[in-house]
Amino acid sequence: MAQQHRDSFGRPIVAVTGMGVVTSLGAGKDENWAALTAGRSGIHAISRFPTEGLRTTIAGTVDFIPVEPFCAPLLSEQLATLAAEEAISQAAIGSAGDFPGSLFIAVPPVEMEWPQRVALAKASGQTGDITYADLLRAAGSGDFKPWHNLFLFGTVADRIRERFGTKGSPISLSTACSSGATAIQLGVEAIRRGENKAVLAIGTDGSVHAEALIRFSLLSALSTQNDPPEEAAKPFSKNRDGFVMGEGAAALVLEDYDHAIARGARILGIVAGVGEKGDGFHRTRSSPGGAPIIAAIREAIADAGLTPDDVDYINAHGTATPENDRMEAHGLTAVLGERMAEVPISSNKSMIGHTLTAAGAIEAVVSLLTIANGRLPPTINYRVPDPAIPLDVVPNVARDAQVTRVLSNSFGFGGQNTCLLFTAEPVT
Amino acid sequence: MTREVWITGLGLLSSLGEGAKAHLGVFDGDIDPVIDSERFAPFSVHPSAPLEWDRQIPKKADQRQMEPWQRLGVYAAGLALEDAGLKGDAERLAAMQLIVAAGGGERDYAVDGQILTGLRTAEKPGVFLNERLMSDIRPTLFLAQLSNLLAGNISIVHGVTGATRTFMGEEQAGVDALRIAHARIAAGQGDTFLVGGAYNAERPDVLLIYEMGQLLWKKPYASVWDRPGEGGGFIPGSAAGFLVLEARETAEARGATPVASLQAVAADQVTRGIGAVGASVEALWQQAASEFRPTGGAILSGATGITGITEEERGALAKLMPGTTVHAMGDVIGHTIEAQFPLSVAIAAAAIRDSYLRQAVVTSVGHMRGEGLAFLTSV
Repeated sequence: MAQQHRDSFGRPIVAVTGMGVVTSLGAGKDENWAALTAGRSGIHAISRFPTEGLRTTIAGTVDFIPVEPFCAPLLSEQLATLAAEEAISQAAIGSAGDFPGSLFIAVPPVEMEWPQRVALAKASGQTGDITYADLLRAAGSGDFKPWHNLFLFGTVADRIRERFGTKGSPISLSTACSSGATAIQLGVEAIRRGENKAVLAIGTDGSVHAEALIRFSLLSALSTQNDPPEEAAKPFSKNRDGFVMGEGAAALVLEDYDHAIARGARILGIVAGVGEKGDGFHRTRSSPGGAPIIAAIREAIADAGLTPDDVDYINAHGTATPENDRMEAHGLTAVLGERMAEVPISSNKSMIGHTLTAAGAIEAVVSLLTIANGRLPPTINYRVPDPAIPLDVVPNVARDAQVTRVLSNSFGFGGQNTCLLFTAEPVT
Repeated sequence: MTREVWITGLGLLSSLGEGAKAHLGVFDGDIDPVIDSERFAPFSVHPSAPLEWDRQIPKKADQRQMEPWQRLGVYAAGLALEDAGLKGDAERLAAMQLIVAAGGGERDYAVDGQILTGLRTAEKPGVFLNERLMSDIRPTLFLAQLSNLLAGNISIVHGVTGATRTFMGEEQAGVDALRIAHARIAAGQGDTFLVGGAYNAERPDVLLIYEMGQLLWKKPYASVWDRPGEGGGFIPGSAAGFLVLEARETAEARGATPVASLQAVAADQVTRGIGAVGASVEALWQQAASEFRPTGGAILSGATGITGITEEERGALAKLMPGTTVHAMGDVIGHTIEAQFPLSVAIAAAAIRDSYLRQAVVTSVGHMRGEGLAFLTSV
């Protein structure tokens, strides 16, 4: 009988056997890794919709996948599909349309968009002031039936389930900007429970439209340094002025380690620890002392059976909002102590922007590529250091470094804090 | 490790009122559904019962930051914590896990209407849209639209801060919230959970989604079982349902009184086609409810009244448990989407606590996708 591997808590070990990623930098791991380690930015002027009258006119949209006319759930589905195809093909698991496990997918909250409202208003024939009564009357014609399903919250997940043949009830989830990490966490838990031998965890976000951008703009969360676009996202810099919205998706095939080695799969890394902690202080801001962030980081490290001294490198949440970067640095320093000054930390968001719902999953893939390649992607646009954040942010240029234990942070509105700890394949 | 999962607190609200007692008339056969057919005519809704928000959301500033779907959920969550004897227990609340089934999306209807009117004659529609959105939207409206902000508000108002996760996906979000919480407790991945969902049916934008799908029941009130032959459809209901779930050991250690034992929760999402829903319900029953005994037991169905799936569910239940009473929740509280399953499980648990039932099975067949089933017994 094959040897049973267990982690230090006696649980099944969760291996990563397939990964796929798409961002504004391109489709696939190779293209993204090359760009990220070259310090290239995917941020550009928005061409999807007019930006006249907006304070922010740039984003890391994915424009090379045709979704015409644009609609957030359709692009999000396309991005998720691309990432999942790459991940499942790398894992070489199951057969086409028959993935042997559950689906956990972080999707942006779905909503009807302006083009559809306009079409309904037009169909209503109303020539005076338009109200929702007119839209409802037009909807009654039955001419808009497909839009019912298009704008349900569960549709993207169901279409991914059908396409890849995942098993059981797929879970669509949102924990705001930590959603991608939560999808992975749910998958890890399912494997540790013994419920699944393999799961597909996805984070996807293709939701940059005018109203989505304006909402963040009205909360003063976005950078307004539009020119040049590629220099706007400045995590950890003194002159950082907010995040830049991005789009993309990542998919990970998570697998019980024993199951993976029994079928001869290549192990890309291990999800060794997960940690989370809620924050009830404020809807958009962290507790002033950072206690929940600190607790989430501690829990991820402890859940991996490690200590803060074991962390080699940090893939930062690093949004470039004044508040996030300060609190993240504070939280990390509280957990890692003086050593934090020497532990390299970098933010992928300096290049791909904040991919929101997808961020935790995309950054998980980048974290594992960092371990595999022995090279740290940089934090670009780092020209004005913030004396309040005296960290090694791998400024501007990638660096060779062998790292085997990487912490990836994700924090979101609504008091969401989720941290993941990745390691190289265990020596057993 | 497999641990028993107890339900130790209930928070219920719907058109019937707030609290468990308001919903127990279901089991006396003595209940009149509350329906408003005027406000959104020709559509009917089961409106939320009037609530004194201050009782569960003491700060006016918090109330102002939320739209009704969030307030309903935060209110019901407070009722559940109170019922479990955990309200204000800062230490336990700080360790409590939260799983919420949520939609989201609220609109500013007046602003949307003005923009649509203006767009008709705007020279540059895109630019006009930008300008109006930048100047007319309340910045905080976003926080009432975000799906995970119902959970966020529960953390803020009630101090539930172990960790929060929000599931989306209409009815099935409510099913999976309970399924995952149950599985995690049983496996020792958490001891105490607050789980539930909320839905505000009194919103033209959500009526719009379902009217596009031709799924709303616009004829005079009829039981969900009688609707399929008449074209089918559901009447949306405003509601919220939250439950406190605990490992039996955890509940016993703090001296909590169990409401009911949540034996099992099963879920699936089959590709829909003729016969698929019936087969799915039967398979879930075998997985989760094979120990159900009809004596002293009843089935609480989440049937919508939509043609096809409603008859298939009824057929499956009649085949599995002929003669067992089936209460259609849709007849009394309407179809409450994300709240439907948690609220129905809470109603079943309340019936067990008050000795109306010894056992119950709760079903959910989503209007578009997803099937779920829970099995509860007395402790």
